[in-house]
Amino acid sequence: MLKRRVIPVMLWKDIGLVKGVGFDSWRRTGTILPQIRVYNLRCVDELILLDIGATAEGREPDYETIRDVAPECFVPLTVGGGIRTLEQVGRLLLAGADKISINSEVYSNPGLITAIARRYGSQCVVVSVDVRRTADGYECFRHSGSLATGIGPVEWAIEAERRGAGELLLTSIERDGTMTGYDLELVKAVSDAVRIPVIAGGGAGTFEHLHDALVCGGASAVAASSMFHFTQQTPLEAKEYLAARGVPVRRFAVSGERRTNR
Amino acid sequence: MKILIIDYGLGNLASVRRAVEECGGDPLVSALPADIARSSHLILPGVGAFADGMSLLRERGWVEPLKAAVRDDRIPLLGICLGMQLLADRGDEGGESDGLGLIPGVVERLRPAGAEERIPHVGWNAVRQVRPDALFTGIPDETDFYFVHSYAVRPADASVVIGMTPHAGGFVSAVRSGSAHGVQFHPEKSVPAGFTLLRNFLAV
Repeated sequence: MLKRRVIPVMLWKDIGLVKGVGFDSWRRTGTILPQIRVYNLRCVDELILLDIGATAEGREPDYETIRDVAPECFVPLTVGGGIRTLEQVGRLLLAGADKISINSEVYSNPGLITAIARRYGSQCVVVSVDVRRTADGYECFRHSGSLATGIGPVEWAIEAERRGAGELLLTSIERDGTMTGYDLELVKAVSDAVRIPVIAGGGAGTFEHLHDALVCGGASAVAASSMFHFTQQTPLEAKEYLAARGVPVRRFAVSGERRTNR
Repeated sequence: MKILIIDYGLGNLASVRRAVEECGGDPLVSALPADIARSSHLILPGVGAFADGMSLLRERGWVEPLKAAVRDDRIPLLGICLGMQLLADRGDEGGESDGLGLIPGVVERLRPAGAEERIPHVGWNAVRQVRPDALFTGIPDETDFYFVHSYAVRPADASVVIGMTPHAGGFVSAVRSGSAHGVQFHPEKSVPAGFTLLRNFLAV
């Protein structure tokens, strides 16, 4: 059986890693390489690295940095932020990204999803969808949550899947950084609407939150950031908790040396 | 002697190179088929569609040198993910195309076996070792490896199958035929078991 995944998210802005609340109020959390090394030891299932300044600043992805850090990541690495063309995707994959995450650009240019899927396979296309609750329900936002798109997440998820997306990274902007739990209604609505894997994001604070997104929300994976940066909880313990509650997670052999790193 | 990582314009070469280094090998990422002559082992990585992969291998002159190295000179070759699929006779991702023909069989799109299953098959899944093989030395049966793919090899001859994975009704996740090895998962991204498998391959 395919295992459910626990995926730390690293947000990168300017020269370091940050974490905010509601896509704002950024706090520095460190530098990329040491964090990747710790996550290698903690047996995370995957890592996501998002350059959250690139689109806002009109920059291209920082290929040099990806080339430096990606080969040190011995689990799959998804890279996003500022991607606008097929050529940029090719450069990121060559720099060492395993998958790429696209968000703002594809609302106006959804054909890019198809172009990437055709060239590199749909499995490396993660469409990142940032969502706010509105008076009428839910709405997708682009440019790090700053611009409304007028489209709902279920409709957009179905469109992204149809265009060739391999996975969806679904983030609740309101829950982001709050550690109050995922928006389970949103996670379930989107997971039920598509057949591609949905990674739930935004709001994880406890192991029970992870469990609920996977079991009640139907997500294939859970992304989390604040709970790993700002609390004592580790991805390894998260998976032990999930396994104890009957969620299929990756089995791994952990040496005594690694155990002491907890 | 070098561990030759074949650069044909597709795939995560830097990760494979770093993993080979971590596993004690001396990697050479090369776009020159002539470098096969100074290599003890060949690794064919790959991310992408079958037809693109084959046309790039053809354009860059790898097809005949690779076949000769594996069939005649018995140099161990490890195909990873798309690299495993390219070992087969034929695939139809991105248009029907002939493969390298080192593993008799075809590449087919996975079909979900139930409502719970999703394609692409992305994530950690178990490899059942259906046949003992040096590639699996020191790796417990049913160990999870990282997969990310929508297609898989269906070999014509069951005797080449060394690993099976329970998704899409069960697909072939590891093969060996002579010195041609293939794994559908990514050992370079499956620390720690994946590194054990790479070390085993370098010891072949």
